[in-house]
Amino acid sequence: MSARPEQIVYRIEITDTGESYPCRESQSLLKAMESLGRRGIPVGCRGGGCGVCKIRITSGAVRCRKMSRAHVSEEEERRGVVLACRTSPVSDVRLAVIGKLQKAIRRGRQQGRPRPEKTRHQEE
Amino acid sequence: MSQKDVLRPGHVAIRVLDMDDALSHYVNRLGLIPTDEDAQGRKYLKGWDEYDWFSVVLREADEPGMDYMGFKVRDDAALARLERGLKEFGCEVERIPEGELRHCGERVRFLAPTGHAFELYASKEHYGNALGTMNPEAFVDDVKGMGAHRFDHCLLYGDDLDGSVKLFREVLGFDLTEQVLDGELMVGAFLACSNKAHDIAFIRHEEPGKFHHAAFLLETWQDVLHAGDIISKYDISIDIGPTRHGITRGKTIYFFDPSGNRNEVFAGGSTWYPDHPVITWTADTLGKAIFYHDRELNERFLGVVT
Repeated sequence: MSARPEQIVYRIEITDTGESYPCRESQSLLKAMESLGRRGIPVGCRGGGCGVCKIRITSGAVRCRKMSRAHVSEEEERRGVVLACRTSPVSDVRLAVIGKLQKAIRRGRQQGRPRPEKTRHQEE
Repeated sequence: MSQKDVLRPGHVAIRVLDMDDALSHYVNRLGLIPTDEDAQGRKYLKGWDEYDWFSVVLREADEPGMDYMGFKVRDDAALARLERGLKEFGCEVERIPEGELRHCGERVRFLAPTGHAFELYASKEHYGNALGTMNPEAFVDDVKGMGAHRFDHCLLYGDDLDGSVKLFREVLGFDLTEQVLDGELMVGAFLACSNKAHDIAFIRHEEPGKFHHAAFLLETWQDVLHAGDIISKYDISIDIGPTRHGITRGKTIYFFDPSGNRNEVFAGGSTWYPDHPVITWTADTLGKAIFYHDRELNERFLGVVT
């Protein structure tokens, strides 16, 4: 086995839930959360395209890969609003969740039918 | 007329955030073959079992999603007929000159009521597959990754579902094969110009012009499972599967390209003949309609689009 170079591990805290988890500098904030079975940031495409994992960095430093401008404007990015799937830590990080999964199939007139979908992430 | 003017899905143009990452995905993992590129930096790809020069066009941009989907039509006369029909329907129609996409003839582009750009074309240069057309063998040896045979269909999300369904049925001659109803309201439509279960599908969604997935054909369920192995081996972002759909009966797996555009590879699916009745699914049993094994809806599958 060849030795892997040691990677720095940072501590990530989701301020909405108080949940915290470790994240390597090479991992995305989303991937580290997901691979530990943690929850808090909604998981979408994991590729910077859908905007579901949008967060605000409230403290700490990060580096970002390219994200869809449909979901994060340059101005937002300057203010630390990013997509967790394209963002890696360079220090301990605290973050607040902005994104959410949206209901895709528009509800029509319900006419007494039971709603087929869970309502856990129902739009506010 | 015994054969429709619109023959089949011909190409899909997809925006990606990073071209190198996208090419690695579409070529090495999905198994498409790169066939050309142009001065704008667009990359042209095809499945190993497709004859025309390309079926996927990738363009680097700041926002992923679909630029347009193209359908091949019977001939120039059909193209002119369909163009007239689109104008009478009230679509904005634009003629795009031959060669704007390399190896492709003149295209008629229009905007559908769901906010998606589509185009029709009558000719595209022949590239061929590695087997030839005279006493061909049954498979090729050197496919990469999942070995997608060909581009098959797209599923698109948009607001005026009724408008796009009317356009595809009445102007382009598509048949409604399956539908999802929420009470009286149509929320999903599966449409075919061939005898497949669908060549295009739409889901009602508040935001117009959204892209749910582009689908590529595999031969067997075993190939779908192999695609699942590749998704794990190379840590590709998975969405759901392997599973089967109730709607269309396809055996399937969904995943995302490196820019978050959803892809499907699938095998099987029901056949359509023009005298068949429309299959109807009700929204209260949608879990089983979409995921026949789990029988539960998945919020990411339903809600995540580019």
